[in-house]
Order: sequence, then structure tokens, then C-alpha cells
Amino acid sequence: MCLATPMRIDRLLDGKRAVVSQGTVTVQVDVSLLPDPKPGDHVIVHAGFAIEVLTPEEAEERISLFRKMAELTGDA
Amino acid sequence: MNGDRKLAQELVAGIARAAAEIGRPVKLMEVCGTHTVELRRQGIHSLLPDGISLISGPGCPVCVTPSGYVDNALALAESGRAVIATFGDMLKVPGSSRRSLSGLSGRGVVKMVYSPSELIRIAKESSLPVVFLAVGFETTIPTVVSALLDARDAGIRNLFLYTAFKVVPPALRLLLSGPDHGIDGFILPGHVSVIIGPEAYQFLEGPDGRPGVITGFESLDMLLGILLLVRQIQRHERKVENAYPRAVKPGGNPRARAVIEKSLEPRDDAWRGIGVIPGGGLGLRFELADMDAEKRFDIPPARDVEAPGCLCSLVIAGKAVPPQCPLFGRVCTPDDPVGPCMVSSEGTCAAYFRYSRQ
Repeated sequence: MCLATPMRIDRLLDGKRAVVSQGTVTVQVDVSLLPDPKPGDHVIVHAGFAIEVLTPEEAEERISLFRKMAELTGDA
Repeated sequence: MNGDRKLAQELVAGIARAAAEIGRPVKLMEVCGTHTVELRRQGIHSLLPDGISLISGPGCPVCVTPSGYVDNALALAESGRAVIATFGDMLKVPGSSRRSLSGLSGRGVVKMVYSPSELIRIAKESSLPVVFLAVGFETTIPTVVSALLDARDAGIRNLFLYTAFKVVPPALRLLLSGPDHGIDGFILPGHVSVIIGPEAYQFLEGPDGRPGVITGFESLDMLLGILLLVRQIQRHERKVENAYPRAVKPGGNPRARAVIEKSLEPRDDAWRGIGVIPGGGLGLRFELADMDAEKRFDIPPARDVEAPGCLCSLVIAGKAVPPQCPLFGRVCTPDDPVGPCMVSSEGTCAAYFRYSRQ
């Protein structure tokens, strides 16, 4: 029941709602649980509400973060 | 992606090395039902060395809701005094008589919602009071109470919550207080933690604690979470680590937490299969008592009655696996479920049924 989907804010409708999309799916969600939602933000959507802004990370950055956290050398 | 595959292989190798060094069987509990499904769907179990087993915890809100709650909701829907609104997950859950709300859906007394935002429209369109079955963990709770507060601001007076909100940390604390729980570490829930933050699990670092790693839901996330856990076990550490930092921030989501604190207060709460957990649930604060369905409709306390033979209560506590249940896969299937662990798509039995039998 805690399934949540990463989506991107396309535009804000008012202080409370926004149009978000992922691939071909576009929906309206409530953004009132976020302090400062902006178009272009990647957010996690659960039950029609954006519950957090995802920290932007390029794929490579994420892999290097993973390596650092896991203390992997990369030549294992 | 090649980079991902290589990293996955490194993570798996790292897990195997740590497991070999630990040199004894290790039991990790995934607390969250979404992890239960994703670990199986993405085949993570098959990548782990023999010594490491994953057991499912009490992390499916539908599964830990007492059967009497469904009985009470059914009775209210049939009384004609209210319309029941609910997330789809609750529709098929059988009460103690094995009847469920889905049997009433043709009669217009049960409305399914995808988002609590829909409640305002449903209440406006209804001539009857609307009672929302407020089931969920910390992830879902702020969405429901936000919608409730919006409805109140909009002057809506016919919307009520029948709360069965549950909070995760007290349940973990209770599991750890058992003498032979056998849990070596926790894969902590990603989206619950988005709301409550890593600090909420600090008790895991205490004397009776166990290592905990907040974990995301992609295969690399889950392998990383498992690696960090076995590393801690190998080093005899006991820390709460955040392996999902792109989503889980220090302190969680302060706005969501404020909405919860404004509207709800902790209460001792009955969890199906576990019993009453001190502080294990949240109820409406006094200021919102006029939106409390239990008070408005004199709903009795929800009793918990298990169907004969059903091992759901042991499965929820991580003390049995589904194939040990005499009903599993024979009498109890996703199409004709007996217990809540088979009903919910995130229930442990449903996940086993779907992904372990192929």
C-alpha cells in the first residue's frame, strides 16, 4: 500500500495542485505536502499526493554514490 | 544497463563475501509489503547466498487490520446509515464471516477511491454521510488527513474517518521485545521513512536493537540495502543507515509530519496477528472528534477473529512462511482468499503465490 511512483512536475495549477507526468501518463496531484514545488521537480507520488522531492542525481552520480556507500572498489 | 548489471554483480559478490565471513545463517526482515513484492518480483531472493534469508514483517496495512474492522464496515454499509469510501485494497478483505465489501459494491453503498482528494467530491455528491476506511501507514496517513482538513475548510460536514492508521516504529519495537524473534536486521521501509525520517528508528541502535537500513525499491537499491545490513552484522554494528537518500531526508517530510501531529494522536492499537501494540496506531484528536466515524455511528471495538486454519497471524509476525499454512494455495488463493495476507496484493502469501511457484 506504500507503493509510490516517481513523476515530474510539468506545471503548477495553484498553490495546491500540479500536473505531473511520467512517460505517457499525465495526472493531477496534490502538492500541498511540499514546501516549494516547482516545474521540473521530480517528486514521489503516493495516493494522489506528491510526498517528497527526489534529489536530482545523474545515473553516474548515483552509481558512484552506491559504490561509496557499499565501499566497493569497482574491480571486484 | 551495463553499468547497473556490473554494479549488481559487485553488490551480490559483496553480500556473499560478508555472509561467508559471518559464518552463520542470517535472517533479515523486510518490514514493508512493497519490498515483499519487489524482492520477489525482481528475483532478489535467488541472488542471495544460502545463509541469508529474507522474512516478511508486518508491513502491509490491510494485513494488520483486524477482521472485526471489516465486520464493522460491512455492518455500517448494510445499515443504510452511511456510504463507505475505501482504497481498493480493502474491498476484497474478508471479515470474520468471509464476506467482503466487494459483495456490496453493486448497491452503491461502497465507493472506491484512488486518492483521498476524491473524498470532497464524493461527500458533496452524497445525501448520506460518507465514511472513509482510513487504513494505512505513515506514507498514506498525511494524504488522508490533508484531505480531511481540506474538507473541513470547505465546510463539508458529512465526511467521517473510521481510523485504522498504524505506525511502524512501535511494531518493530514490539517484535524486538520478544525473546526469540531471531531477526538479525531490518530492511526498513522506504516510503514510510520519506515521511518520518531516519531518526524515528533510533531505538534500533539501543541495547535490544538490530541493524536497520532504509532501502529503496529498485533492484540495486535493495541489493545495496542488504549489503549494508550484512556488513553491519559482520562488524557487530547496530546502526540506522539510509540507503535511499534521494528520497529520504533527515527529519523526513516536516510538512507531512505537521499535518499528522495537528490531526492525530498516538493510541494503543490492535494489529491483526500481533495483538495490541502500545502507541501502534493513531486516532483523531479531540478537535476533530466530530469527524470520527466511531463516535458518530457508535462503532464497537474491532475484534480480531481468525478463520480456522489460517496462519496469517504467524506470517505477519515473521514466525511462519506461507507454504507452512495448510490453506495456502489449496483453499486460499488470490482469487478466493481466506486471510488478509493473501487478499492484499502486497500480502506475504499473495507475493509467495505469484512469484515463488513459477
